[in-house]
Amino acid sequence: MYAFNYHKAASVSDAAAKLSANGDAKLLAGGQTLLAAMKLRLASPNELVDLSGIAELAGIKVEGSGIVIGAMTRHADVAGSAEVAIAIPALAKLAGGIGDRMVRNVGTLGGSLANNDPAADYPAAVVGLGATVNTNKRKIAADSFFTGMYGTVLEVDEIITSVSFLIPNRAGYMKFPNPASRYAVVGVFVSESAAGVRVAVTGAGPCVFRVPAMESALASTFAPESVANISIAADALSSDMHASAEYRAHLVSVMAKRAVADAISGR
Amino acid sequence: MMLKISLTVNNKAVSADVEPRTLLVDFIRSNLNLTGTHVGCDTAQCGACTIHLNGNAVKCCNMLAVQANGAQVVTIEGVTPSNGTLHPMQAAFRDHHGLQCGFCTPGMVMSAIDLVHKHPAPSEEQVRAELDGNICRCTGYHNIVKAVRAGAAAMKG
Repeated sequence: MYAFNYHKAASVSDAAAKLSANGDAKLLAGGQTLLAAMKLRLASPNELVDLSGIAELAGIKVEGSGIVIGAMTRHADVAGSAEVAIAIPALAKLAGGIGDRMVRNVGTLGGSLANNDPAADYPAAVVGLGATVNTNKRKIAADSFFTGMYGTVLEVDEIITSVSFLIPNRAGYMKFPNPASRYAVVGVFVSESAAGVRVAVTGAGPCVFRVPAMESALASTFAPESVANISIAADALSSDMHASAEYRAHLVSVMAKRAVADAISGR
Repeated sequence: MMLKISLTVNNKAVSADVEPRTLLVDFIRSNLNLTGTHVGCDTAQCGACTIHLNGNAVKCCNMLAVQANGAQVVTIEGVTPSNGTLHPMQAAFRDHHGLQCGFCTPGMVMSAIDLVHKHPAPSEEQVRAELDGNICRCTGYHNIVKAVRAGAAAMKG
């Protein structure tokens, strides 16, 4: 590993000040992606600002008809949370399927969202549940948070503090995992709530996206058969050593069908 | 840049000055000479570097030593009783021939002990699912799964 500076932030404003002062600094949450990327020089910040000392960034709170999860909450804590299991079981299940057990003991919700890996699980939940990403500056609707491959609307000195999820009537998540990394070759999150039906797809393209045709079909009949025959175009999807764009397009329909069944079964 | 860190490793307090870039696994192996924790892939995939950090299994090749400042760390050396016997999970790996070359074994044992702390009587399916962050290139896993289930039973006793 190359040499860099390290600062353990005492507060969110302290961390933001460090980011403002040094455009080459990066936030360190769990580091499960960042440190591996730094070893490979895919990222090369000259300073890391560690958020792990800021207690208020971690934790899970039920607030009215929603649940608020702190940015530094680890995947294992979301997967094992009794509150999340009751309110949004599909979210607990999604968190329990990220990476492996050791990664889940360190990796965080905020880190995953800020990184926006095209095959990460959490972006599907955030868009699929129409969540709100709270930062030190504003509240950002899920639909406008992700901008493209590894891209978000976060400004240089903007820090995710928590994510607010409204509790849906029902929701389901199903992914076709890469057998080695457990990243989603394709993952589909489906939810039904007062605001309507959402279908969010991760892994298939450069960035999480919704499928309006599936959403309107499910709005009239919430059943696996409603989406089974809706196929999406392969043109904008990813092709790589793991799967062709055509195969990913096929998997979107299959995973959507299974996610709806998952939502109906309520597990 | 050098930073002072203080942590507890296998119930002993340790302090050292480290560079921020020092990986936790290098600190454990090179500074503390605890070489039972292995570096296999160095990319957080194989699990040979698994230790317990504040009671949870983590891959310490994918963490900085400074991230462990103030933490409680247990390595494979720390689970072995001081009287020269083996931890029940280690004994189960020996009894069930859960290793061949042995390179992955420290990580497997640390992961398995954490697994049993969270699932005291794991099914075969659970063991296979929960051990997916530990790679063994020798055994084909069958005897490892047997060893973990036997180790879980022995840890209860």
